[in-house]
Amino acid sequence: MTTYEAEAPVVIRDPSEAPAARIGRFVTKLPMQIFLLCVGVLWLIPALGLFLTSLLSPTDYAVEGWWKVIAHPHLATWANYGEVWNHTDIPHSLLLTAEIAVGGTLLPIVIAASAGYAFAWIDFPGRDWLFVIVIALLVVPLQMALIPMFRLYNTLGIYDTVIGLILFHTAFGLPFAIFLLRNFFIGIPRDILESARIDGASEIRIFLRLILPLGLPAIASLAIFQFLWTWNDLLVALTMAQSKQPITVAIFSQLRQFGSNIDIIAPASFMSLVIPLGVFFAFQRYFVQGLLAGSVK
Amino acid sequence: MEPPPAAAPPAPSSSFLRRHAVAIGFLLPATIMLGVWIVYPTIYTIWRSFFGRNGGFVGIDNYKAIFTTHILVKAIENTAIWILVAPALVTAIGLVFAVLTERIRWAVAFKTVVFMPMAISLFATGVIWHVMYIKDPSQGAVNAGIGAVRSWFEAPGVLQSANPSTPTLTGSPQSGFVLRKPLAAGGTAELGLTAIPPDEVPAAAKQAVTPRSKEGAITGVVWRDFSPGGGTPGKVENGELGLPGVTVDLFDSSGKQVQTTTAADDGTFTFADVKGSGLRAGVDSSTFAAPYGGVSWLGPKLITPAIIISYIWVWAGFAMVVIGAGLAAISREVLEAARTDGATEWQVFRRITVPMLAPVLSVVFITMLINVLKVFDVIISIAPGSTQSDAAVIAVQMWRQSFGGSNNFGLGSAIAVFLFVLVVPVLLLNVRRFRREV
Repeated sequence: MTTYEAEAPVVIRDPSEAPAARIGRFVTKLPMQIFLLCVGVLWLIPALGLFLTSLLSPTDYAVEGWWKVIAHPHLATWANYGEVWNHTDIPHSLLLTAEIAVGGTLLPIVIAASAGYAFAWIDFPGRDWLFVIVIALLVVPLQMALIPMFRLYNTLGIYDTVIGLILFHTAFGLPFAIFLLRNFFIGIPRDILESARIDGASEIRIFLRLILPLGLPAIASLAIFQFLWTWNDLLVALTMAQSKQPITVAIFSQLRQFGSNIDIIAPASFMSLVIPLGVFFAFQRYFVQGLLAGSVK
Repeated sequence: MEPPPAAAPPAPSSSFLRRHAVAIGFLLPATIMLGVWIVYPTIYTIWRSFFGRNGGFVGIDNYKAIFTTHILVKAIENTAIWILVAPALVTAIGLVFAVLTERIRWAVAFKTVVFMPMAISLFATGVIWHVMYIKDPSQGAVNAGIGAVRSWFEAPGVLQSANPSTPTLTGSPQSGFVLRKPLAAGGTAELGLTAIPPDEVPAAAKQAVTPRSKEGAITGVVWRDFSPGGGTPGKVENGELGLPGVTVDLFDSSGKQVQTTTAADDGTFTFADVKGSGLRAGVDSSTFAAPYGGVSWLGPKLITPAIIISYIWVWAGFAMVVIGAGLAAISREVLEAARTDGATEWQVFRRITVPMLAPVLSVVFITMLINVLKVFDVIISIAPGSTQSDAAVIAVQMWRQSFGGSNNFGLGSAIAVFLFVLVVPVLLLNVRRFRREV
């Protein structure tokens, strides 16, 4: 069940079907079509609202609803974005977010891929037991680690560092990553591996030359998940850093004066969405595959 | 991987290491990370939960505090609401969307739109919905929508407020205005109002006309009794406009409302077939019905339902896609067979689709259960400072007690453990499912 059923189900049409029957079916479906259309529009409104709000000048925002922009496009201005671009914290925060997200995506992939390979294809005693522990760790709430790691980070001197945040995201991404990759690797045909082993290839070589290329679809799914997760994080950065503010934390500190500075919050929030949304639309297929592999067995 | 037979076996432990060196090498980084960042903290947090803020042993006092401190009890209640409402709603909505999208040709577009919020951070979701939920209907889209729907059933007043132009009219905008002078058939009623800003006069208004007496009826005019320069109060003059749409009532001598009508563009109105005397004409208070003020979504009462709605906006797409995949795997023949046998669509859905989807539905439900327990960002960002405590769930209070100023690591640890205990059943379920597969 790992293929995303993105295409609408194929409806086989009888070419001899009378036009009247076709119209009849169209009419009976009409209420449902209208219902779904309304739902679709309803679903778009909130994000659209944020975008249009970000285009209102602070003085217009104080008196107008954001939907007025649709009828009166002259109300829209990019001035807020210019302001955010020149803001003291926010551009820097976006850069920092990118650093954390890239690091927090690559590192767990490397670590989880090697562990996933071991769990799938190397025999060793206690393998199933260890994997059961990984599965158990899947649902441990992040809150369980905040206090001890806050103390440990201070002791180790990695509190408020980018590497500290990356390591935290790596660790909490690992259970899902190992689970996903192990399940994918185990589906690789045994013959391919056996013949490579008979040919005398080392495990490292098999891992690098066979498993990683064959596992690419699963790794892509995982990469998107992990990227979105680290990019969108608030809790970890809020707890484990102070001056190293990713975009969510930067906006959060603006939020404490909500209302007065919506002209910063709205465009900054929208800018924080652009990259995850871009990644999402570009790789939607992999995202859904990962989702299904992770939740549906 | 067998060791060479000629070599004498070394000490068992080192032989174990050598034999499994490859496996250990592949697993070591993951083991270290999981050990240091998840396993060690879990044990430490449990241990720490039995010690107080300053590190002294307190037994189970922190746990007692969870159930006796007002804001923490509130957080538990909120968590209970979340658990009872959110996973079920997300699963149900996802199921409905998945089933319905199977029958339309633009399913991909629909799914993409509903799925899109999954890419948006829960933090930004909070910001988005904070803007949506603004109380003033001229700014908050949710209340603007409700206001628009309401105005179909219950039109807001034509005017916001007004005063009588002469003492012949008494009352207030809240109670309505009534003429002092009683009327009988053939009488005329002149209802002059002032203190109406020019931009509030309805656009259709025309020059007001003094009513002519009519047999068996009471006629009248309601108008804006003000012309630049003043004019004479109580008299319809040139340049003074009628007030179309104003609701006028006729009361009998006991004060009972007997007739009601609305004024024409020139402000005139007629009560036909009038009997008796001692009647009074007046302006109905609905003329001044206050415009819709908006629901206080982010106030203490509605904050949790409001946040749950925003959460559904994010997660319904997840449920829809996963359930949709499950649906695609159901054999078409079974469904077709049932339809051929005369089952209605509802019966097919109820008796075949849902039971066959049960495993997928339970996976979605449990995934949502776990997610709901950890909900943090969206609450922090959506709730204004004044209702943060009304909105907080356990996961939020864990952070606030530990890092939000009071820095009580003992209590924070206990709350974290409480949260952990709630996910343990799911943990065991996952493990059991895996062991059955192996």
